[in-house]
Amino acid sequence: MSKRKTERLLGLVVCLLSTRRYLTADQIREAVPGYPEQDDLFKRMFERDKEDLRELGVPLETGFNHPFDDDPGYRIRQQAYELPELRLEADEAAVLGLATRVWQRAELAGAAAGALLKLRAAGIDAADEHAAQRDIEPRLGRPEPAFGPLWEAVKDRRPVTFSYRAAGRSEPQQRELEPWGVVNRHGRWYVAGWDRGRAATRVFRLGRIAGDVKFCGPAGSVTVPEGTDVRELVRDWDSAPPREQTAVLRVRSGAGVGLRRHATSVRPADEGGWDLITTTFGDVGSFADYIAWFGPDAVVLDPPDLREAVIARLKGVLA
Amino acid sequence: MTASVTSTERLQRLLALVPYVISRNVVGLAETAAAFGISERQLVDDLNLLWCVELRAPDPYCPIDLSYEGGEIVVSQAESMGRPLRLAVDEASALLVALRMLAEVPGLEDRSALSRLIAKLETAAGEAASVSAQVAVQVDTPEGAAEGIAAQIRAALSAGRRVHLSYYVPGRDEATERDVDPMRLLVVEGRTYLEGWCRRADGVRLFRLDRILALTVLGDAASPPAEATPVDVDQGLFRPSPDDVHVELELSAEGRWVAEYYPCESVTDLPDGRLRAVLRTPDTGWIRRLALRLGEEGRVVSPPALVAEIRDAATAALANYVALSAGCVALACVNYFSAAGRVDSAF
Repeated sequence: MSKRKTERLLGLVVCLLSTRRYLTADQIREAVPGYPEQDDLFKRMFERDKEDLRELGVPLETGFNHPFDDDPGYRIRQQAYELPELRLEADEAAVLGLATRVWQRAELAGAAAGALLKLRAAGIDAADEHAAQRDIEPRLGRPEPAFGPLWEAVKDRRPVTFSYRAAGRSEPQQRELEPWGVVNRHGRWYVAGWDRGRAATRVFRLGRIAGDVKFCGPAGSVTVPEGTDVRELVRDWDSAPPREQTAVLRVRSGAGVGLRRHATSVRPADEGGWDLITTTFGDVGSFADYIAWFGPDAVVLDPPDLREAVIARLKGVLA
Repeated sequence: MTASVTSTERLQRLLALVPYVISRNVVGLAETAAAFGISERQLVDDLNLLWCVELRAPDPYCPIDLSYEGGEIVVSQAESMGRPLRLAVDEASALLVALRMLAEVPGLEDRSALSRLIAKLETAAGEAASVSAQVAVQVDTPEGAAEGIAAQIRAALSAGRRVHLSYYVPGRDEATERDVDPMRLLVVEGRTYLEGWCRRADGVRLFRLDRILALTVLGDAASPPAEATPVDVDQGLFRPSPDDVHVELELSAEGRWVAEYYPCESVTDLPDGRLRAVLRTPDTGWIRRLALRLGEEGRVVSPPALVAEIRDAATAALANYVALSAGCVALACVNYFSAAGRVDSAF
């Protein structure tokens, strides 16, 4: 950390905030202490300072005071700079405290803390110690390395490329994506967007990205189609099909609690010690997975494809 | 942490410090240092730096005037720095996404406060809020009954009452009955849990809301003992204990999800997209069930006793189907025979 740089940047902000007119680079050099005499050194330093301020979110404006001016000038409009007036009721401040705990140790923890600091500076105290909210503790999961670059790409509307191992594939494949948004579902991050190679909308799980995410195009070159709902895209991708099929199972008495929970009917079977259960399901594969979980306590009577799928899993264990 | 603060991070702090004091008129050094997470010494450095800022043109002047005599900070002049900088895209998104996630948490009482706060922040953040629609966190929304259960838990928590749970343990395929002294509702990794002192296990336990079969709020007061320490959610919900069994699995490319889904102690890549995963668990019953479910997509390779147990379970389960076809009572068995016959004749 350089104290001199902090001083210079602070001077620059105050200087540009207090002017209504655009100030040229030369006028700024005169007003703000800390810039070097040499023109090229000054130019480079001033460029970097502008970049730093923009990254902080300081709305630096470029313009001309007069149409015939040669050099552009700079200023910060107070109205664009300032956090608008904001007043919170006590209960709102209480949930604000709760919100800042969500990101603890997760990807946007720093951003959440920064936001809270600005709100505090506006005179708002998030009631972090508020007793009523101590009985609920919300948290996001562990950070995933691909989140940072993908979130940057989404914000800046830049296409990315990465190596992705799709479910069940033995080798990862290179994908090129125009990212539309990132969604956390069941504690995992997903990115949805336009897959250029497949020429289709696709959803990717961040945990299956192997290696680095790289930008492969300029900022602003991605357009999110009107009406896109990334939450919905991820939900559709991840959701089980509707339970439209019916199965009949023989389940050992006292066992198969999970199967009984969703049963439409349960009655004793002819053989002692067993019940006959009728239940609905959506997808043969995933329901067969679930039935196999119950081992010798559940037997599929119908439909045949479900029964075969369970038998295949059991034989697979012995293979 | 403060050692690695960059110039721009410090600038951010300085820009917030001035309005922080102004909005409170007068504020103590100690209180301010605590609010900014810095030492009083660092704070005094910050205040001196602010006070020393000068602009040289057109006429030299010092835009900021302040004092901190007697440990009380007063800003008497701050030019145009009296308000904090507006929220950046990341900052607005972090808050809005968290609040929208909270709005999905089952049983949350303060929904009206939430929606009012979201609206206020959206307005205050302006353009910076727009990107926040492109990042979202979803919480499992429990169907029907579980929403009611969440509300019951919130009620029990605020009234300080004990609850009776009928709780499903999938690993043992059991519905268990227990009295629990509720401590907190946890929303971690998209799932909602009741954390409480389980009087049956004599320990702090987490109960997933979607596995609570039924819940009754009891008349007794909840009285978790002094040793009931809440789980440190930042350290992960599931921590292995030294008594746990080490289980080693070999997963095919199709079975790799297991390593993503369950916390593993180690994961090693094998050829052809296969994986070796080692996990630790106090109870291997669920691993036996997992192995049956995986079929040829994954294989438990150790410990040997568990390997044998899994083979026995698969053999017993297959025997059910053979018995079924031998009895040949249902039309289903005929189908099974014919299907098997087709496979045989194909070879």
